[in-house]
Amino acid sequence: MSRISHGDSIVDRLTPWLLPVSVLVLWEICTRAGLIEQRVLPAPSQVAVAFWENAKNGTLAHHVLVSFKRAIAGLAVGGSLGFILGVLNGVSRPAEKLLDSGLQMLRNVPHLAIIPMVILWFGIDETAKIFLVAVGTMFPIYLNTFHGIRTVDRGLIEMARVNGLGPFAIFWRVVLPGAMPSVLVGLRYALGIMWLTLIVAETISASSGIGYMTMNAREFLQTDVVVLGILVYALLGKAADFATKLIEHRVLAWHPAYHGSGAVTA
Amino acid sequence: MLKRIDSRRDLAGSDDSDVVTCEAVPAPLGKSLKLEGLKRSFGQRKVLDGLSLDVPAGQFVAIVGRSGVGKSTLMRLIVGLDQPEEGRVVIDGEPVKGLQQSVRLLFQDARLLPWHSVLSNVGIARTPGWRDAALEALRDVGLADRLNDWPAVLSGGQRQRVALARVLVGRPSVLLLDEPFGALDAMTRVDMHGLLERLWLQRKFTTLLITHDVAEAVALADRVIVIKDGRLTFDVDVTAERPRHRADPHLAALQARILAEV
Repeated sequence: MSRISHGDSIVDRLTPWLLPVSVLVLWEICTRAGLIEQRVLPAPSQVAVAFWENAKNGTLAHHVLVSFKRAIAGLAVGGSLGFILGVLNGVSRPAEKLLDSGLQMLRNVPHLAIIPMVILWFGIDETAKIFLVAVGTMFPIYLNTFHGIRTVDRGLIEMARVNGLGPFAIFWRVVLPGAMPSVLVGLRYALGIMWLTLIVAETISASSGIGYMTMNAREFLQTDVVVLGILVYALLGKAADFATKLIEHRVLAWHPAYHGSGAVTA
Repeated sequence: MLKRIDSRRDLAGSDDSDVVTCEAVPAPLGKSLKLEGLKRSFGQRKVLDGLSLDVPAGQFVAIVGRSGVGKSTLMRLIVGLDQPEEGRVVIDGEPVKGLQQSVRLLFQDARLLPWHSVLSNVGIARTPGWRDAALEALRDVGLADRLNDWPAVLSGGQRQRVALARVLVGRPSVLLLDEPFGALDAMTRVDMHGLLERLWLQRKFTTLLITHDVAEAVALADRVIVIKDGRLTFDVDVTAERPRHRADPHLAALQARILAEV
């Protein structure tokens, strides 16, 4: 019995890798055979070599670190602003009246369209990129926080009042946890926008970062480095998604969709 | 209008100073509740039209009436979630306004916070020493072994028992039950009746139970009242001894009388 299930699990684990690995092999064969020109698309092995060289001399780590810092700084600023505004407007009707329509107008401006203005305001230094990421990540978190707070079950709030909870306790123990699933949807959405904004900002105006690395490589027709840059972006995006999943499992452990055993350990 | 005095009840509970209690038995929690000419309308519709009711401390009253006669509105007025347009609520001789800490309401749905464990839900008010109080209340409702579970994994009856435990932690003087067993299956409901009766006999909180089920009303209550057109139209004492038997012909006859009035 155990041998069969063991064998099953190996097959199960390998199945998802079947398609990507065959694509890589086919790609390698095509470039080696000259069916694809190296100027158009380098072979996977060349990308691997480019990775090794850039990793060895530290340029890759440097650029990744710079990009990562920008992304986190922008998300921290935009995310917390969006969250605070979402909570404020979600809790207070007067605040919503004052701020919401203005925010909705701003939200509908594609934030990448203001890049020329941003370069005029901040030049091409760090502030410009952090500002753009902040603007891009603020709105999904604002919208989802606002929506989450407004859709908290009124019955639960009533129950809390009857059981003697004050407004502060109701906010911390009922409203905020109730809004959390929605806030995290906003966070996941914001992470996608975060990388997208950063790629565009770094390719337009930067002297470091992965976007700069790929743009620079394009100037010298180093297609292997360009592909490497794209792969790094994909990996960073995947890592960000994984991080949110971890947060969701922790914060939403109570949610029927996230727990298997149904027991609270804490 | 329809004032009745149950002499047995007056002897048993209304005057706390004369009641001698030994250490093991908790002191009766109940306080008298008086509703004076309560009026509440929503738009054109008069839901409560001058409703008055006098409940001595510790009495168990069942309120029967068709849907939409204002039974739930009445509960919301007593607990302080809503204000009457006219009339007042008097608890223990004092007219009250706003949310009442001595009054607790058990809703039809359990309304547990899904992000808190069972224990944490029961101790939601976080009063000093809430853990011990919550654990004790969970023992009272027979769910002490589920204290660390999420509410999502409990059955409907278990959830309602957790909600009952949460109400008990507040040590209410007046307990309002808004059709708390309406959504439960027949077997679970009978269990809940037994549990509620036992807890009430122990603590003697003044109890108002809304129900559609007249059999439930006569099985549990000292007194059954009927609300119709926003007023109290029928009021009867149930004098059968406890524990009561559902097959008791006296109760069946009473049940038929009440049904005729609804």
